[in-house]
Amino acid sequence: MAKPSLTGGLGWHLGKGFDLALISAAAPRRRNLPVWRWLGPLSPALAIMGLFFAGPIIYSVYIAFTNKALTGAGALHPKWVGLANYKQLFSDPLFVHSLELTLIFVVGSAIIGQNTLGFLIALLERGKNSVVTATLNAVIISAWVMPELVAAFCWYAYLYQGGTLDSFLHHMGLSEDWLYTTPMLAIVIANVWRGTAFSMLVYSAGLSEVPTDLLECAKVDGAGQIALLRRVIIPLLRRSIVTNLMLITLQTLGDFTLIFIMTAGGPGEASQTTPLYIYQQALQLYDISYGTAISIVLLIIGALFSLIYIKLIKVEEQV
Amino acid sequence: MRRRIVMSGLAMVATTAGLLTGMVPAVSASSGGVITFAYEDPSTGGNPAMPALIAAAGAEFSKQYPGWSVKADDIKATENPYYIKLDLQSSNPSTAPDVLYEDTFLVNSDVAAGYLAPIDQYVSKWSGWSEFSAAAQSAAKGTNGHIYGVSMGTDTRGLWYNKSDLQKAGIALPWHPKTWADVIKAAEAIKASKADTGVTPLNVYAGVSAGEATSMQGFEMLLYGTNNPLYDSATNKWEDAGAGWTSTLNFYKTIYSQGLALSPQVELGATIGTTIAGQLLPQNKLAIDLDGSWMSSAYWGPKGAYPWANWSKVIGVTGMPTENGQAGGLVSMSGGWLLSVGSHAANKQMAFNFITIALNEENSLNFDINGGGIPVRKDVATNPAYLKANAAFGVMSSFVPFTHFRPAYSSYPKLSNEIQLVTGQIMTGQATPAQGVATYNKYLTGLVGAKNVESAPM
Repeated sequence: MAKPSLTGGLGWHLGKGFDLALISAAAPRRRNLPVWRWLGPLSPALAIMGLFFAGPIIYSVYIAFTNKALTGAGALHPKWVGLANYKQLFSDPLFVHSLELTLIFVVGSAIIGQNTLGFLIALLERGKNSVVTATLNAVIISAWVMPELVAAFCWYAYLYQGGTLDSFLHHMGLSEDWLYTTPMLAIVIANVWRGTAFSMLVYSAGLSEVPTDLLECAKVDGAGQIALLRRVIIPLLRRSIVTNLMLITLQTLGDFTLIFIMTAGGPGEASQTTPLYIYQQALQLYDISYGTAISIVLLIIGALFSLIYIKLIKVEEQV
Repeated sequence: MRRRIVMSGLAMVATTAGLLTGMVPAVSASSGGVITFAYEDPSTGGNPAMPALIAAAGAEFSKQYPGWSVKADDIKATENPYYIKLDLQSSNPSTAPDVLYEDTFLVNSDVAAGYLAPIDQYVSKWSGWSEFSAAAQSAAKGTNGHIYGVSMGTDTRGLWYNKSDLQKAGIALPWHPKTWADVIKAAEAIKASKADTGVTPLNVYAGVSAGEATSMQGFEMLLYGTNNPLYDSATNKWEDAGAGWTSTLNFYKTIYSQGLALSPQVELGATIGTTIAGQLLPQNKLAIDLDGSWMSSAYWGPKGAYPWANWSKVIGVTGMPTENGQAGGLVSMSGGWLLSVGSHAANKQMAFNFITIALNEENSLNFDINGGGIPVRKDVATNPAYLKANAAFGVMSSFVPFTHFRPAYSSYPKLSNEIQLVTGQIMTGQATPAQGVATYNKYLTGLVGAKNVESAPM
């Protein structure tokens, strides 16, 4: 999937990497092979990873410390400027504002919205008529399969002044440009709509692994629905929960297309999350190095989220 | 088994190597008698007269220099992404175009970036160069004194107004406002007479959606009518926001808070420029619009995006007054686009030869008529065919003596963006004019350094 976001791509791949780490940690340890046995076959993969994955990251870390730009003197001979970009960053009110909006977007649309809704749908579908669930799944997954650009445009067409919702409200004598009056809510809802399918799939898979006899036993022992959920299902699902949270957090953190199409960060800066701010600084204002410096900060935030989630799963496992 | 693994490993190495060599750029495409010419495609907002110019000039070029041809590199991108693509292409010798089409305000930063070649030695031998006005000759002069491009034409800005709306509001035609107060009075009169018809009295661009139109057609058309320009070319310092800024932001506050302008929702729409040119003015939903000289040709002309044959019966054109009628009474801002020779061009003389053909008298004339440019060649400006072609050309050309240019420094795009943010905040009522002034001054000092800033005259 082509991700146009600047760090979204990195964050997303980082997420995958951590996920693989989780899986391999759970797998039984293999006996150690001599280096030459695995280095040969692995070297093409390592070379490609180094060139196309590690290379750009290392290069972007480097240019974050220069004054590289698209035009002007910084384009011809980029100079080392040390921490100047970072000093500018932390006294930049628009950057801080963008971080706040990003946090609202991630917590609102991913951690609360997609995660909760996906879990509920998976739970409610459990043991239901297969025709009903298959139909429902097809509808929900179609939102996720749809290219992000198309999904974003659908939501734009639905919410803008003169759009579907507005035309409908018009019959009741109301008129509202939702993308103008409630831009953050609009992008949060659109992202929940689009991303819920992913969480639902993860949780459906997790729930199908929950042994039925365990649930029966709990019921025989007198557990109610709530207790069943809290004491049996959720503890068994914790690995799915953490994997899901990590993936959707990282994906949402770097999300660009949806917001760019729906509000372009506006009106003013009212929905300018950090990826949109990076785009503005790096490309609209030609300041590549500053945009990169911000993207490194976003990368670190993504890594912190991942570490917290991994820590959570370890704590759970020790209990 | 092991052998198969090794073999497949080798196969992968070979594939990787193949992929890598495939990525090495082929021999420069600019050699072998082809001049590449990069421009912004009209379908994404580029000048609508460009394809006809390339066709005509390309054919002439091939005829005059057998074996040579022009390859059009039409970049499909709106204005800002066009600059991005042009900069990225220019930064690599294998993709750099031989001839570039770009806005004058980018010249100094693109010279610093090493994208443009000086053409002093070529223009000095070109007979057509003396036809260009002195202002046009220096339009592409870098801070180092060299010439980096040939001006294709310029533009001016003024007030486009709906004649019948003003008439019904009791304003004598032709309209000649003398001060800002006259403009606001007219807008108030239109509001009073058109209270229930949904006609918006006045548009002055504000906010980030309109982009550079907010800075140049809106804010700077006001600011340069005060005594507080953005940059002082005598001292080579940026001027901070002073009394002129306060007056300008108060003007914005007045029109947007008293319902004389479009609603912020409409003004912040993603396509506000084409909404005004294609819908609001033709459908008589907007009475006065502060806008560029190209409206009647690039939008309403026979080859424009929204052809409107009878526009001149409905719409009138007049100059934008200065704040209190000072400095000759009128104000205009001018920009203009250039043809430049790329620094990586394999044959710079031939690249320049193509420019001389593209901008000879006949091609310039057609380009200015079709694209709505104000001519910079003296022979074109006085050509009766030009003056007859569009009812607005004569009036819009008459603003040239009052015109100002944007500061052509690499800090300008950032300051322009800040101006758009500030005007947007005034429009929506998020900030007062005093807060807007403080915001800009803080940003300006942070960007260019206190030593490069001087206080604006009071």
